[in-house]
Amino acid sequence: MLDRRKFLKIAGLSVAGIMLAPTLNIRDETLFANSSKQKPKHYSRKWAMVINLEACAKKPDCRDCIEACNIVHNIPDLSGPKEEVKWIWQTPYIAAFPEHINMVNREEVKNLPVTVLCNHCENPPCVKVCPTKATWKREDGIVMMDYHRCIGCRYCMAACPYGARSFNWFDPRLFLKTVNRGFPTRTRGVVEKCNFCEERLVRGLMPACVEACKENALVFGDLAAIDSDVRKILKQRHSFVRKPHLGAEPKVFYIL
Amino acid sequence: MTGKALTGGKKYWMWIILLGAVTLAGSASYLLQLKFGLGITGMGRNVSWGLYISNFTFFVGVAASAVMVVLPYYLHNYKQFGKITVFGEFLAVSAVIMTILFIFVDLGQPSRVLNILRYPSPKSILFWDMIVLNVYLILNLVIGWQTLNAERKSEPQPKWIKLLVILSIPWAISIHTVTAFIYSGLEARPFWLTALLAPRFLASAFASGPSILILLCFIVKRLSGFDAGREAVQKIAQIIAYAMVINIFFFLVEIFTVFYSNVPEHSLSFHLLLFGISGRLMLSPWMWISIFLGWLSAILLVNPQTRKNDTILMAACIAIIVSIWIEKGLGLVVSGFIPSPLGEISKYVPTTHEIAITAGIYGIGLLVLTILLKIAVAVKKEADSS
Repeated sequence: MLDRRKFLKIAGLSVAGIMLAPTLNIRDETLFANSSKQKPKHYSRKWAMVINLEACAKKPDCRDCIEACNIVHNIPDLSGPKEEVKWIWQTPYIAAFPEHINMVNREEVKNLPVTVLCNHCENPPCVKVCPTKATWKREDGIVMMDYHRCIGCRYCMAACPYGARSFNWFDPRLFLKTVNRGFPTRTRGVVEKCNFCEERLVRGLMPACVEACKENALVFGDLAAIDSDVRKILKQRHSFVRKPHLGAEPKVFYIL
Repeated sequence: MTGKALTGGKKYWMWIILLGAVTLAGSASYLLQLKFGLGITGMGRNVSWGLYISNFTFFVGVAASAVMVVLPYYLHNYKQFGKITVFGEFLAVSAVIMTILFIFVDLGQPSRVLNILRYPSPKSILFWDMIVLNVYLILNLVIGWQTLNAERKSEPQPKWIKLLVILSIPWAISIHTVTAFIYSGLEARPFWLTALLAPRFLASAFASGPSILILLCFIVKRLSGFDAGREAVQKIAQIIAYAMVINIFFFLVEIFTVFYSNVPEHSLSFHLLLFGISGRLMLSPWMWISIFLGWLSAILLVNPQTRKNDTILMAACIAIIVSIWIEKGLGLVVSGFIPSPLGEISKYVPTTHEIAITAGIYGIGLLVLTILLKIAVAVKKEADSS
């Protein structure tokens, strides 16, 4: 098995080679002004996503990103909301952004479906509560899960302000129609969530949801690189994140 | 000393068999839960902690409350409690065993529980809770047992035991404080995010635990003739009265801030808890029962005339236990998950298996308590007669 450092090295190199080959990236120290501890001495990526809600709303019934994720990650199909496992899903605008109370008067916005997923927070509340370090934040910002170490105490679910974590209340393998051999299935009794497709990034691929979106509503890239797509959009457009007042610093941004 | 647990009348053995049967039934349900997963409980994606963690929280309080008899006896030399400090310590032992079991049955992968030790995570409050609870268990078991042993041999307590007793006093405070921190440190749950949570936990613990202790004193007196003494019981009742008044005061203080400031994310949970939403009562009837019983028992215990009546005292103790069980269980743990971070209002109803597993743990707790008290009473009666 690869150790974490080696894994990161390969991930970093391969993605750098394929996606950002022609440009020299300079880390912008002002990016995470609030978290002074987040200043590694060497260059490190910060994966981030920008979700364009207008582009997403063009096809209200589209579930391409969700289905792509479900297939790639062997996500069980438990129909009821009680036991449901979900990594990326849609929720009404006002549920995703309860503090945007000013928006309720815009009918078309109020019920706008918003795609939500793990925010891969810069200060992840789930990571600090885990009693076994089964969830941790990588240097590139991805909040990871070790399904083999998790004891299933669900403290991380109580701690996540975004409802991004799911627990396997039953054996998820019983609820899989097809199995992707390239990604592990899970056992019952462990927590899981979106991993920003780290298993695809390492092969130089975009996350499955980003690749599946025909409207280009999901943009993924390196927040630490000044000329990355995500940085360019965030520079030009008014953007927002979910529950910014909690200080978790989500790395999934929204534009409208 | 252990042999004393084996000499009992017919009633004693019937009680032991009954508890054994309840424990067995709970174990059967637990095997089912192991086989199929926690999906057989009423918990779900939104309300992800339920009856198990509610009971865990309540019994941490019961365990901590032993300090209410230990502290006056050892620090203030209040002799009247001398007869019952061991009861308090043994009640703490059985309560801590229950809390550990409640955490254990709540785990999705119980076989990996030792990962908490293999990968120690000092940033996690659960890690600290595990440490303080286990140390507290050992402290009380050693102190209780040694105290009893010294009493049996009519010897003074060894000096090192006194040191452990002194240590156990702040330790009792710590177990409930750390347990409150599990909740009150979560930015995701505005309902729990209040510095008042730990003080509230302690106040309610010092009302509910000693209430159980008073009931135990009455039961032991009835069954074995061992009398803890009226003065001791009345003193505990006073402690309960003031702890309950402080608990009610803390609740009102919380309610004031929540509803006067009216910050939606804070007030919504409280509104749901006390009034339900759009015609759905949700947990609110339970909460009002808890509030009513809490006030009633506080009044009955503060008033000396009613407090001195044994029947009323017993009724008030039962009322306090029910009131605080509802407040800490449904009112605190479950309500923290409603609404969910995405504003969903979910219903939580424990399933039969979940209730059976919970009952099984009560069975184990009562079994441990019965055996320990049986030994303690036998030793004390022997020491009294010699």
